[in-house]
Amino acid sequence: MSGPVDVDALVAEARVAIAAADTTEDFRHVAAVVSGKKSALVEASRALGSMDPDARKELGRQLHEARATVDGLLEARRTAIRYAELSAEMAASRLDLTEYVPGEAAGPVARGHLHLVSQTRDALEDVFVGMGFEVAEGPEIESDWYNFGALNIPPAHPARGMWDTFYLHLGEPESTLLRTHTSPVQIHLMERAVLDGTLPIHSVMPGRCYRRDTPDARHLAVFHQIEGLVVDRGITFADLAGTIETFTAAYFGPDIHSRLRPAYFPFTEPSAEFEVTCTICKGEGCRTCSQTGWIELGGCGMVDPAVFASVGIDADEWTGFAFGFGIDRCAQMRHQIADMRALIENDIRFLRQF
Amino acid sequence: MRVPLSWLRDFAPFEGDAAAIAATLDDLGLVVEGVEHVGEGLGDVVVARVEEIRPIDGADKIRLVVVSDGTGPVEVVCGAWNFAVGDLVPLAPVGSVLPGGFAIGKRKMKGVVSNGMLCSGPELRLGEDRGGILILDADGAVPGAKLTDVLGIEPDVVFDVAVEANRPDAWCMAGVARDLAARLELQFAVPSTPALLARVAPDAAGAAVPATGPAVATLTSVRVDDPDLCPRFTARVLTGVQVGDSPEWLARRLVAAGMRPINNVVDASNYVMLELGQPTHPYDLDQLAGGGLVIRRAGAGETVTTLDGVERMLGRPGPGLGDTGQDCLICDATGAPVGIGGIMGGATSEIGAGTTRVLLEAAYFVPMAIARTSKRLNLRTEASARFERGCDPAGIDRAAERFCELLALTGGSGLTLADGVLDVVGDVPTPLEVAVRPSRVNGLLGTAHTAAEIAGLLAPLGMEVRPTGGDDDPVEVVVPTFRPDIRPAPMGEADLAEEVARTYGYARLPRRHPAWPQPGRLTPYQRERRRIKDVLCGLGASEAWTAAFVTEADQLAAGFAPPYVEITNPLVDAERFLRSSMAPGLVQAVLYNADRRQGDVRLFEVGSVFRLPEIPDGDGPLAVEEERLCAVFAGEGDDAWSAVAAWRTVADALGLVGWTMEQGPRRGGGARVSHEFRSAALVGPPARGRARRVVLGEVGELDPTFVETSGLVGTDGRPRRVGWLDLDLATVLDPDEARRKPLESAPISRFPSSDFDLAFVVHDEVPAGTVEATLQVAGGELLESVQLFDVYRGESLGPATRSLAYRLRFCASDRTLTDDEIGGLRSACITAVEQSHGATLR
Ligand SMILES: [Zn+2]
Repeated sequence: MSGPVDVDALVAEARVAIAAADTTEDFRHVAAVVSGKKSALVEASRALGSMDPDARKELGRQLHEARATVDGLLEARRTAIRYAELSAEMAASRLDLTEYVPGEAAGPVARGHLHLVSQTRDALEDVFVGMGFEVAEGPEIESDWYNFGALNIPPAHPARGMWDTFYLHLGEPESTLLRTHTSPVQIHLMERAVLDGTLPIHSVMPGRCYRRDTPDARHLAVFHQIEGLVVDRGITFADLAGTIETFTAAYFGPDIHSRLRPAYFPFTEPSAEFEVTCTICKGEGCRTCSQTGWIELGGCGMVDPAVFASVGIDADEWTGFAFGFGIDRCAQMRHQIADMRALIENDIRFLRQF
Repeated sequence: MRVPLSWLRDFAPFEGDAAAIAATLDDLGLVVEGVEHVGEGLGDVVVARVEEIRPIDGADKIRLVVVSDGTGPVEVVCGAWNFAVGDLVPLAPVGSVLPGGFAIGKRKMKGVVSNGMLCSGPELRLGEDRGGILILDADGAVPGAKLTDVLGIEPDVVFDVAVEANRPDAWCMAGVARDLAARLELQFAVPSTPALLARVAPDAAGAAVPATGPAVATLTSVRVDDPDLCPRFTARVLTGVQVGDSPEWLARRLVAAGMRPINNVVDASNYVMLELGQPTHPYDLDQLAGGGLVIRRAGAGETVTTLDGVERMLGRPGPGLGDTGQDCLICDATGAPVGIGGIMGGATSEIGAGTTRVLLEAAYFVPMAIARTSKRLNLRTEASARFERGCDPAGIDRAAERFCELLALTGGSGLTLADGVLDVVGDVPTPLEVAVRPSRVNGLLGTAHTAAEIAGLLAPLGMEVRPTGGDDDPVEVVVPTFRPDIRPAPMGEADLAEEVARTYGYARLPRRHPAWPQPGRLTPYQRERRRIKDVLCGLGASEAWTAAFVTEADQLAAGFAPPYVEITNPLVDAERFLRSSMAPGLVQAVLYNADRRQGDVRLFEVGSVFRLPEIPDGDGPLAVEEERLCAVFAGEGDDAWSAVAAWRTVADALGLVGWTMEQGPRRGGGARVSHEFRSAALVGPPARGRARRVVLGEVGELDPTFVETSGLVGTDGRPRRVGWLDLDLATVLDPDEARRKPLESAPISRFPSSDFDLAFVVHDEVPAGTVEATLQVAGGELLESVQLFDVYRGESLGPATRSLAYRLRFCASDRTLTDDEIGGLRSACITAVEQSHGATLR
């Protein structure tokens, strides 16, 4: 039941009037009538003041709801009219894109710039290609097996906690995920090489990875990594250390060296972390490197026999090494970018610096 | 983990400066994240009493303070105001050098000479700032006493060591010392308690051996119902305990290692954990109902209130780690829970001031079970962190004995240790035997170690080694139970190779630059992807990196209907979908720049987009992932034509031929962000051996409704016109999918060419492209090029028509074309266009 004012009737009237508007001009008129200062709804609200408190409360509530309904109808109608108008304009001015007359399109104002991450990735790829590596890629959505299981990190492995993983609503719970590193590409490569009988492998795998970390100045939840994998006869840790050193000098410059120290990764054994001479102080010691003269860059090691077992490679015939590090991190180091989030802002003034 | 050097010296005589030791620890994989020098440079600082405080003329921030240092009055100028006459304060006299190399000299301030400095806590590197000078209230603080004596400070170095997750053995002083001693070729030994006391408290009276009491079984009981969760549980009982303070040296060590002293019982337990890595748990035996313990699996949904006062529910499966909800409860003899095994005790049986009988638990819990329970409850403690990595089941007795001996120092004269141990042993890990082939170790490391050298490098780590013969014969290694990271062979061989390398020194391992005959290279796809990106840069577009995680509104705006590929555990709940299109991200990037008065931009991105397969296929992928190139042209004057020009340039750069534009309603509907009246699908001819046409992407202009909704509106209030190019790179860059120019060159004619122009009035419904195609066919082999050069619309032409003007160029390879030939070609072209398209020559 309505009070002294029939709110339902007002809404019904408004609904009819709004539906009837089919141009922007009509719409403005109707909007003023149904919700403007002189509309029946507003008049009714004004009359509330002279009512007794109980009736006022009930009618006030009804009027509030009615306003919301009418506002919703107006917004929907406004969108529909705008859509119809734009569509009509489009229909009246449809383009035949094969009517292309050379020279009539707007020309470029200034050269565009590759994203700093692309430039860094290209430069890294070029160094490794020069050292005899191929470049391999793979999907960003992966199964648990390729991202973890085959890398000697079964579901019940405490080291799972080293990677905060985004899981997807696909298949069984926690069976499909966004890769946390580009290592799954290593597994794909080894599986294919075993199947096709095309060992050895000398490849790097750059690509986008995902970890469930809240972004800050040094970390992004979506980031880029490059890994390397060599599987061949007679490959030793000495080859790994030599490769890291060659790469370091080739990419960062002849003054920059590398060193390895023991570390733990489930997919390599022996494992190492590799550090390079601080590019800021050239090893003298500064704030960036906590006075050590070294900056930690990535992880590496000899491919764990368990990983070889999961892809069917005979660990007595073949040995191999793998390494990995952040592309974005390299860019940050080389260009002294204080906050990593500058990389995803897409501010053209930033992009144009590189 | 905070590791004081003085504590490490219990186990081996380490010498040398802190930096060298830190570097060695680093090279052992015990990464030193910080080095703290404690009590250094305090040797000359003495205690002084404030006798008088006088103002200084013309100075309102500093005062003259007269102190006595036991030998006489000393006048110093001081800027702190937090002390009063009679207070005892530290005085650094002239000639002393404070931590950090700060030398104290005679100084004159406002005409007053200062003969030293009164020091704050931070100036002495002793704790935080308390708002001025450090005021001393310790026993024995008398003027003239050495500060180090009063505060019991000995210069020390504390290393902050990060221990890798697979090295539980190194997560204690003894473990760090063992690795360090092995590298430095020093003898390592865990000292007996008397030997320890001789080092740390030579003046302390009393023996560290409790008296023996009645048989332990007469005092308590232990029953383990579920040995699969707790394979070894030991209990010892101490009676006549007096709870009080720990010995000063012990409390100081706990503080140096970062733990707070609580009472002698709890401190002894913590000390043992820090020293040997074995967590223990003391219970007040009189608070345990039934006077004993039962160790059992928690029932589904059973609750326990832990020491921190939180009620926790147990026995239910959780996510990850294969967690089926198996939790180990420690219960009293009546079966009521008193703690979560290996993680945290309960409040009821906590050691209190009135405790007199202590039951000491020292146990081995299954690491995975602890890891699962701890993760599910989000409850990490010093104990759980150690148990989940794997403690040494064989180290339990030594740890428990050390506890009893330490407690005997302060536990009261009546302290008695019940005779014997209740020890319930199930299936605990046993020492592992691994045969290590020198050839394998050297094959992994690139070294040339003999069997004897390998044995010599492993033995100091606590490995039992037995060379079996010659230099190349395997070494039989017995791996102690404190090294759960070493796996059985064949993996164990690699694990032990790492141990050989660590003791030998990673820095000493050889380096070699490997070489192989296979060339390094990019794939054609990778090369051409770079080329496309370069072309777009040349066209004034910069590369963006936009969000992969988008909202449902973004997906709908891009023309994609649900369902989408969805993240189970997104960082931001609304952004829980993987993008199906880069358009919303790119438009957002344009807006971001427009908001900063940089609206005149062209942007592109190469990246993955994701969607669910249209027809779910049991064997196929669960989600479709495509690498696409998308570009928005939002510069001054940009519109669909900018995108068309870009596409033509890209197609030319790649040598794509035979492609066409399909305009109007898109076949099969399909998602789109471009407007159907201002865009076209880019379609290639069917590839070799295939019947289906190949869709390369689309080109045109973004739908103005989408642009307006996104907020990208021009100064005239209308949606900005934004050119749009979207290419499926897997198709565009695959020569088997998108047809390329033939490799063979076409000879260039040496004869002159002839041009003529034709303008036709053509109905709007006829695309210019089809007119051009007709001209191509009619022109035949002699047609060198055909080029649209003018489009004209006007009332004189009639409604819905326009004039299309083409320039055609003809040339023969073997002759100059005659006028007759040209005339014939002209007529043929006109006839063809008129007949095929209802056009008229203008
Ligand atoms: Zn530096």
